[in-house]
Amino acid sequence: MNDTYAVPAVALVVVATVFVGAFGLRISRTTSDFYVASRTVGPRLNAAAISGEYLSAASFLGIAGLVLVQGPDMLWYPVGYTAGYLVLLLFVAAPLRRSGAYTLPDFAEARLASKTVRRLAGAFVVGVGWLYLLPQLQGAGLTLNVLTDAPEWLGGVIVAVVVCATVAAGGMRSITFVQAFQYWLKLTALLVPALFLVLAWQGDGGPRHAFDEPAEFREQRVVRVDETVDLKLASPLTVTVSGTIDGRRHDDRRIDLPVGTHRIDRGTRLTFTKGDTVPVADRATNGGMSTSLAAGREERPLYATYGLILATFLGTMGLPHVVVRFYTSPHGVAARRTTVVVLGLIGAFYLLPPVYGALGRLYAPDLALTGDADAAVLLLPDRMIGGLGGDLLGALVAGGAFAAFLSTASGLTMAVAGVLTQDVLPARGVRHFRLGTVLAMAVPLAASGLVGGLPVADAVGLAFAVSASSFCPLLVLGIWWRRLTPPGAAAGMLVGGGSALLAVAATMAGYPGTGTLHALLAWPALWSVPLAFLTMVLVSLATPGKVPAETPAILARFHLPEELVGGRTRAATKEIELWRR
Amino acid sequence: MPNDPTERRVVVTGVPRRTRRTSGYHRPRTEIDEQTTLGHTYVRSLMRSQLRAALAVFAILVLLVAPLPLVFAAMPDGAGLEWAVLGFGIYPPLVLLAHWHVRRAERNEQDLVRLVEDR
Repeated sequence: MNDTYAVPAVALVVVATVFVGAFGLRISRTTSDFYVASRTVGPRLNAAAISGEYLSAASFLGIAGLVLVQGPDMLWYPVGYTAGYLVLLLFVAAPLRRSGAYTLPDFAEARLASKTVRRLAGAFVVGVGWLYLLPQLQGAGLTLNVLTDAPEWLGGVIVAVVVCATVAAGGMRSITFVQAFQYWLKLTALLVPALFLVLAWQGDGGPRHAFDEPAEFREQRVVRVDETVDLKLASPLTVTVSGTIDGRRHDDRRIDLPVGTHRIDRGTRLTFTKGDTVPVADRATNGGMSTSLAAGREERPLYATYGLILATFLGTMGLPHVVVRFYTSPHGVAARRTTVVVLGLIGAFYLLPPVYGALGRLYAPDLALTGDADAAVLLLPDRMIGGLGGDLLGALVAGGAFAAFLSTASGLTMAVAGVLTQDVLPARGVRHFRLGTVLAMAVPLAASGLVGGLPVADAVGLAFAVSASSFCPLLVLGIWWRRLTPPGAAAGMLVGGGSALLAVAATMAGYPGTGTLHALLAWPALWSVPLAFLTMVLVSLATPGKVPAETPAILARFHLPEELVGGRTRAATKEIELWRR
Repeated sequence: MPNDPTERRVVVTGVPRRTRRTSGYHRPRTEIDEQTTLGHTYVRSLMRSQLRAALAVFAILVLLVAPLPLVFAAMPDGAGLEWAVLGFGIYPPLVLLAHWHVRRAERNEQDLVRLVEDR
C-alpha cells in the first residue's frame, strides 16, 4: 500500500489528539477535574466521548476482518457491543451515577463497606483493563506494519506514549474532549470511504454474491503468502503453485490438494481460478485480530453464538473504561439520557463495518487466506478504487484506525491508573496519578512485547466474559438486592470471574484441543455468569448477619432522584474536599 | 443558598424551612431523610417500579434476540436474512427500547417526587 498519504494522516491524528488534550489541560485544575471532569459533562458531549472511547481496534478493523473470514455469524459482535449498552441502561446507568463513586472499586466499597471486596474489584479492574489494552497496542503495531512496513512494536509504543501524555497531563476532562473528537473522526473515516466503495461496487455492476457461503474468488487471482501459514481445506482444491507446500517444492504447477491442513511456506505464490472457494488460514499460525476461537465455533456453533451474545450483552456494563465515564454525568437522569444517545451513536457506527466485511468478501477474499483479514478495512480503498483517490481514502481510514487505538487505550489507561493510584500507590493526589498512568501503560506494553501474537478477538472476548461474570452480578445485585453481603459479593466475583479467566486462559494455552469441553472453555459466559450470580446469592443468603447496616440508606441514595436527597452525594463530595490540592 | 462555594447544587423545595419546623406534620421528605418506616416504603416502591420497568424491557430484548440464532440456523436461506437483521435491522429497535425505558423510568421518579413534595 502506498504510504505517501497514510503516514501524514496518522501523524495528523496523533498531533490533533495531543492538541485537543492540551486544551483540556488548561482547564483541568482540581482532583475532581482530573477524575470525573467535575461531573459537568452534558449528555451530548459525554455520549460522543463514551462512544469514541468504546469503538476500539476490534470494532474499527476487527469486525470487518471477522466477517470477511467467518461470514455473517460474526455480526453478533457489533450487535452485542451495542445491546450491552441497553442492558447497562436498564439496570445500572442512573443508580451507578447516583452512587457517587469514582470507580468500580469505589462502588463496591460504598455499597458493601468492605475493604476486601474493594481490593478484589480493583484487581479485576486492573486485570480486565490490561487484557483489553494489550490488543489495542498490538492492533496499532499491525496497522503501522501494514501501512509502512515499520516493525510491529513501533505502533504500540507510539500509542502508549501519546496516551500516557494526554492522560497524565489532563486526566478525565482532557480525554472527554479527545474522545468526543475521536468519535466523529472515526465515523467520518469509515463513512466517507464506505460511500465511495459502495459507488465503486455499483459501478462494477453490483455483484451480490458477497452474501454467499462460503466466500469465492470472483476472478483469477494470484496470492503471495508473505508468512508461512497452515491452510484448512474443507473440500479438495486445485490450484497453481509456485513455491513450497507441505515441504515439497512446486514450480508453477497445477496440483490437487486433498481435504485437510496444508502448510504453505512463505514466499509461495498460489493462483486461484474464478469460482474457487477461499481457503482459510488455521488459527495456530497467525495472530491477527480476525482469528477468533474458530475451532470452538465449528464444533458448537449455536452454543458459541449464545455464549458470545451473553458475554457481550452482560459484559459491557463491567468494562472499566465504560463505567468510569458514567461518573462524569451531572446526575442520574443525565446518565440515562447519555446512554440513549450512546446507543444511537454506536449503532450508527456499527452499520459501517459490515459493509467493509461484505465488500472484502467480494474484492479481497485472499486476505482470509494470508491471515491479514484485519487489514481489509485499510486495503479496500486501494483495491477497489486505486489511484490518488484510493490512496487518500486509505489515508483517511488509517487515521481513523489510529484514533480507535488512541481513544480506547486512553480510556482504559485512565480507569486502570485510577485504581492503581487509589488502591496500590502509597499516597493519593495528582502526582501519583501520573505515576499510576505510566504504570498502567507500561505493563501491557511490556506484555505485548513478550506475548506476541495473542489474537485481538480472543483477548477482547476474554475481557467481556470476565467482566460479565464478575462485575455484572456485583452491579446488578448490588443495585437491586438488599440482602447482598460482602462475603457473597467476594465469593461470586472470585468464582465467576476467576473461573471465566481460567477457562479462556486454558483455551489460549491450547488445552484441551477438541470436543465439548473445549467449547465450554472457549465460550465460558454461558456457565460462568449463572455460576457467579448463583454463588453471590447463595453465599449472601448463608451470611445474613453480614448485611451492611447502611444498606437501606445506600439503596435510597442509588434510586431516589437527586432532588429528594439534597442534590448531592455526600460521600463523594467529602472525598473531593479531601483530595483537592 | 449556601455560601460555601464548593456546594454547587441547590436544594429546591416548595416549602421554606420555617414552615417545616413549626408544623407538626411529618412530610414524606423528612421521612426519607430520617429513614423511617414510611421513608423505606417510598424507596421500596420506587425500586420495585423501576425494576419492573427494567425487567419488562429486558424481557422484550430477550424475546427479540434469543430466537434469532435458531431462526438463522433453521432457515435454508438464513445467511441473507442474517445479513439484513444483524447488519441493519436490529439497531432501531434497540434505540427505541432504550428511549421508551428512559421515559418510563423518569416518569416513575417524577411520580415519587410529586408525591413527596406535595403536602
